[in-house]
Amino acid sequence: EKTRQGFVKGLLENLGDDPLTPEVLDDLETLLLRADAGVEATDQVLDALRRRMNEEVVDPAEGLRFLKQQLCNLLEAPIQDTGTDLLAPERGRLNIWLFVGVNGVGKTTTLGKLANLAVRSGYSALIAAADTFRAAAVEQVKVWGARSGVPVIANSTANADPAAVVFDAIGAARSKSTDLVLVDTAGRLQTKHNLMEELQKVRRIIDRLAPEARVESLLILDASQGQNGLRQAMAFAQAAALTGVVITKLDGTSRGGVALAVASEARLPIRFIGAGEGIRDLRPFNSFEFVEALLANY
Amino acid sequence: MFEELSARFEDAVKGLRGQAKISDTNVEDALKQVRRALLGADVSLEVVREFVDEVRQKAVGAEVVRGVTPDQKFVQVVHQQLVEVMGGDNAPMAEAKDSPTVVLMAGLQGAGKTTATAKLGLHLKDQGQRPLMVAADVYRPAAIDQLRTLGEQIGVDVFSLGDDVKPEEIAAAGLAKAREEGFDTLLVDTAGRLQIDTEMMEEMVRIRSAVEPDEVLLVVDSMIGQEAAELTRAFHDKVGITGSVLTKLDGDSRGGAALSIRKVSGQPIKFIGTGEKVEALQPFHPERMASRILGMGDVLTLVEKA
Ligand SMILES: Nc1nc2c(ncn2[C@@H]2O[C@H](COP(=O)(O)OP(=O)(O)OP(=O)(O)O)[C@@H](O)[C@H]2O)c(=O)[nH]1
Ligand SMILES: Nc1nc2c(ncn2[C@@H]2O[C@H](COP(=O)(O)OP(=O)(O)OP(=O)(O)O)[C@@H](O)[C@H]2O)c(=O)[nH]1
Ligand SMILES: [Mg+2]
Ligand SMILES: [Mg+2]
Repeated sequence: EKTRQGFVKGLLENLGDDPLTPEVLDDLETLLLRADAGVEATDQVLDALRRRMNEEVVDPAEGLRFLKQQLCNLLEAPIQDTGTDLLAPERGRLNIWLFVGVNGVGKTTTLGKLANLAVRSGYSALIAAADTFRAAAVEQVKVWGARSGVPVIANSTANADPAAVVFDAIGAARSKSTDLVLVDTAGRLQTKHNLMEELQKVRRIIDRLAPEARVESLLILDASQGQNGLRQAMAFAQAAALTGVVITKLDGTSRGGVALAVASEARLPIRFIGAGEGIRDLRPFNSFEFVEALLANY
Repeated sequence: MFEELSARFEDAVKGLRGQAKISDTNVEDALKQVRRALLGADVSLEVVREFVDEVRQKAVGAEVVRGVTPDQKFVQVVHQQLVEVMGGDNAPMAEAKDSPTVVLMAGLQGAGKTTATAKLGLHLKDQGQRPLMVAADVYRPAAIDQLRTLGEQIGVDVFSLGDDVKPEEIAAAGLAKAREEGFDTLLVDTAGRLQIDTEMMEEMVRIRSAVEPDEVLLVVDSMIGQEAAELTRAFHDKVGITGSVLTKLDGDSRGGAALSIRKVSGQPIKFIGTGEKVEALQPFHPERMASRILGMGDVLTLVEKA
């Protein structure tokens, strides 16, 4: 675990007894912008802080506590809405988790990690290899399946219909009373109309074929991505009826600040974070930790 | 969002319209909007700051010729500065005096290296060359299969030693084969790596030493955020890049990374990826990219209409 010097601690040391100064606000702005929070969100957050400072004299510690609380609230609101703090498959019924997102963000890897977590937690799982497009996508997801002993349902003909793979997988899950079906899908840019329609079809098949199942539709968001992340969330929410988000590649220096906009504007709960390429590099999302890391100094 | 962006930019520029010339005071509002627009396009903050300063210097006191209003002049300065920073004309790929030309692909996980390797392979083949692609990613599950599948699709040979051999040894063996068998170009696909992963960056240096490439291409996802500057700096400092490939531009990202990459490394962006298919590779055009980053296409027409 990489430790980052706490931003607040560092800032407080530099500040002494001075109140929040414009220079400190500038530093905060720089931090938020560099964390990919975006201009709009940064302005909103800093405006709230300025208003607070105008209402009453606040000492810096209080001002920063207020700022962090604001950010936490923003991330927590959609999680609270769902009534579930920690996402887990429901025992005793069929769960289907769909992994969607743009190209190369970490869908297949995240699916592989979750398959492993599911097995370790005593669920029976099955993988639907519904990326029938990318070169060696099926081989890749098969490697992940084998690492946890989770069977993979695939169609070996090139460019097979992904909906047909999902159809087969749900059938297999029924006959074996599987707890959890993990569906890998091909990466697609949200601007590709036909590919988004294909995804819609996959989602429809799931709803029609398994109305009794609990479906989680997860957007995989790469922490290194910038402002386009929000557009991704909006478009995939429409096509795949998203229920949550996973932020990947948080082991790098990117902070994934676009998640703030995704949580507040797309109202999507963030469920897990990925922090490495290893099978165990996955953690439940914690908004407090996320905000601390977001505001940590380099 | 974009519409809003260029509308705001237009408003700011409008503020200059009634003025006699661009001055220190009346330019500030317009510059603020340029800053917002660049940040909205994911240009790295440090690059935005430098860029805005340069535009201020060039715009203030700029000769306003008859028939060109200050607002038009301002837009012109911003556009020209963008094009200038991004490198004027298109830069071709390096060619070694004695073949094979060696090209090393590098970048973060999932950026599009393997796809770009195949795209370049096809591009070279279409030019009548004989390229050899080397599978030097021994980590990602099925990375070798992926390159092999792509190689079959485009009819270009793939060299692999499986995933039990060190990447630098695979690369060296690939080069030996290319020399022996008279291939024109060696394209080395490598595993994705974070620039802060010291071990993996050292491996990259060893691969470079093993093949002494004529071209080291940093492959960058055009949707990347603020990280672009640091990423480029780290790869350039440690490995030394000679150019870059900007991928996934078929989406609706503004692609501000183009500005950051060029500004930080001083090396040209050579190609852009515009799709998942192996044909989707194009040369980089600074003019088009400039318009894309600022939504200047709209702004330029608005100014023309005025
Ligand atoms: N450092 C790091 N790398 C990751 C993480 N998650 C995934 N990756 C890497 O990112 C690259 C792409 O991951 P994939 O799982 O293939 O991504 P995908 O979204 O399935 O890609 P497509 O199917 O091609 O759209 C691989 O090299 C992964 O090892 C993470 O949390 N940290
Ligand atoms: N739409 C689009 N997709 C692209 C483009 N270039 C690559 N991709 C996709 O992006 C994903 C990742 O591409 P790869 O070539 O596997 O990326 P990589 O950098 O080799 O990934 P790692 O080896 O895991 O680090 C795949 O789904 C590709 O099809 C592009 O220009 N446009
Ligand atoms: Mg995948
Ligand atoms: Mg690759």
